[in-house]
Amino acid sequence: MPTTVVKGGLVVDRAGERRADVVVDEDGRIAAVGEDLSADRTIDAAGCVVAPGFVDLHTHLRQPGQEEAETIETGARAAALGGYTCVLAMPNTIPAIDHAGIVREVLELGRKAICDVHASGAITVGRQGEQLAPLAEMAALGVRFFTDDGSGVADTRLMRRALEYAQGISVDGRGVILAQHCEDPALSAGGHMHEGEWSARLGIPGQPAEAEELMVMRDIALARLTGARVHFQHLSTARSVEMVRAAKAAGIPVTCEATTHHLTLTHAECASYDPVFKVNPPLRTEADVAAVRAGLADGTIDCIATDHAPHTQEAKESAFDQAPPGMLGLETALALVLTELDLPLADALALFSWRPAAVLGVDDEHGSVADGRPANLTVIDLEREWTVDPSALASRSRNTPYAGRTLRGKVRHTLLRGEPVVLDEEPQR
Amino acid sequence: MKHLLSIADLTAADLDQLMRLTDRFVEVSQRQIPKVPALRGKNVVWLFYEDSTRTRLSFEAAAKRLSADTMTFSVGSSSVKKGESLRDTVLTIEAMGVDGVVVRHASAGVPWQIARWLEDRVSVVNAGDGWHEHPTQALLDCYTIRDERGSLEGLRIGIVGDVKHSRVARSDVLAYTALGAEVTLVAPPTLLPPSLDGWPVRVSHDLDAVLPDLDVAYLLRMQRERMTEHLVPTLREYTDRYGLTLRRVEAMRDDALVMHPGPMNRGVEISAEVADLPRSVIVDQVRNGVAVRMAVLYLLLGAGVERVLEPEPDMDNALDLAVGGAAPEPEGASR
Repeated sequence: MPTTVVKGGLVVDRAGERRADVVVDEDGRIAAVGEDLSADRTIDAAGCVVAPGFVDLHTHLRQPGQEEAETIETGARAAALGGYTCVLAMPNTIPAIDHAGIVREVLELGRKAICDVHASGAITVGRQGEQLAPLAEMAALGVRFFTDDGSGVADTRLMRRALEYAQGISVDGRGVILAQHCEDPALSAGGHMHEGEWSARLGIPGQPAEAEELMVMRDIALARLTGARVHFQHLSTARSVEMVRAAKAAGIPVTCEATTHHLTLTHAECASYDPVFKVNPPLRTEADVAAVRAGLADGTIDCIATDHAPHTQEAKESAFDQAPPGMLGLETALALVLTELDLPLADALALFSWRPAAVLGVDDEHGSVADGRPANLTVIDLEREWTVDPSALASRSRNTPYAGRTLRGKVRHTLLRGEPVVLDEEPQR
Repeated sequence: MKHLLSIADLTAADLDQLMRLTDRFVEVSQRQIPKVPALRGKNVVWLFYEDSTRTRLSFEAAAKRLSADTMTFSVGSSSVKKGESLRDTVLTIEAMGVDGVVVRHASAGVPWQIARWLEDRVSVVNAGDGWHEHPTQALLDCYTIRDERGSLEGLRIGIVGDVKHSRVARSDVLAYTALGAEVTLVAPPTLLPPSLDGWPVRVSHDLDAVLPDLDVAYLLRMQRERMTEHLVPTLREYTDRYGLTLRRVEAMRDDALVMHPGPMNRGVEISAEVADLPRSVIVDQVRNGVAVRMAVLYLLLGAGVERVLEPEPDMDNALDLAVGGAAPEPEGASR
């Protein structure tokens, strides 16, 4: 690989902001960060921000099993275009990622992709919530994050045992993380949107906020009981955020994420009956959106995740209560946060990059612009205005709820271990 | 107006116009040969994804009296069972050449989705979507009350029973209040919607307390499966608290009406004797339903409401001319 310099940008990472060029050596590692540097090849970053690549803790890549909606190749391309250099594939594939064989398949496909693909493993066999999956077998292949995402582990005793058992497993000397999609299935049963004013008016069966909150409450209790870490996925309600805030203050080892859609959309969107607005957890009230934003601002929420959930046109062209939940996120997340949220730039980048990298335990690979680190970088043009066009997305699917929205800020280049995988907004392979 | 999706899309003036238009079609329906050529050459398809005998037959009768051609898309024997998407089904039907689609679906919102896919090329009528709306039912209910009492202005109407799951209740609340009635929902808390924010209604859990004030007691069908969902302990207990029995009717005003959208569960929400009382206008509702649906189809697909309503009430001529404005042809059998 020729040496490369990313030239003329404003470097922003956890160490702060500085005008600097970044030189990448033949091995794809950062060789120097400083002024007036040169190399074999120059990538222009004038007027742009150079940030460490993003890490998404919540990506549905749909492979194996639903390749008509997304593949690891196309999902990774969408990720790279969104500034990500690392995504965590959720295990609700068909079959589920619940043993070593499927982990190997996903990781193998991931090696050819233009974004690092980590696999998460299911906590229970087939995500059925009945029997503990072979966590150590998967951890031996590098799986460090376990979840039954798509549903929560409803059986409290099983979740307790999973948390206890997982404390005996490590990957590269670091403990593994159990994460929860919080939803009490008895209380949410049959609900296709947030239960409230809009569900009542629209005649769509709802699921109350308490269905999420009950499991958040329970798992905080289980984290206290077992001492094990719990990561809460896609928190969407004001009281969920408040409970996590209180748990952190009490020293209970919990972390959490919020999605861009729960930061930018409310249940009122469902009035169109367009299933593109159907997602789980569902879009909530304005007060919930405000509380999730406040949780980001005060640090309660550790990172922004996409819950990128591709679905085919056909699947989303059915009745609201029959369509599968989920929406795209990888290619719009950064621009939405830059456009719609009032966060200082460094805080926004932290939520996309070094904080999720630390949660996942990949912070030696991702999340900093420093000598010797792999050159996982993204170059962002903050001023670039663009309009979301579903047909122009790199994802195989089109189910973005932001079609037609004009956003400010776009990823210009992405480097994965020094390789320019996105140049001038175009994927290179 | 291109579509009839929700009562919320209609103003009080629209409702009034539909009522007056219905008057005309009631008159047509009373003729010896109750048929006019107003929608001759128009093609209407019944897209019924959910079983419905009453509503479908009522629409069918309405379309036939207007001389429209009709086709039935029957889900049971169709490509839907083979996995065709809703959108593909709709576009396929459109390609066959239709002017109107009358949709019934168990999922709320489907008529909106269909209207979006068809843009304004084809009129869509909501014949009931999930728990959401059933606008022609609300129109026929309003017409029936207006027919009995002259107007809905100031009337007190109680909607009793399973409001939560009722598309009829959602449409009726909008229509009754738009026409000036006061609505009270009477139900156990488990059978009310999870939120009533923005609903212009009062709520009571006590039918006996409400009944003496009502001009109309509108009973909703109580379904057996509500017990398995833990919404009521038993139908017996429901009937005991909310069923309209002869004893309860004694507490009603002499001129108060009893209504029901059908099909009734005699002995559950309404006792058999009450259903057959003169104050029960349930059969009138069904009869008026045909004329109301004629009015709706004519409004959406016909050649202009004004020609029928104003200025000269020469309706026969107007209805004949309604087909593309061509001169009326001799239509022996249809006159």
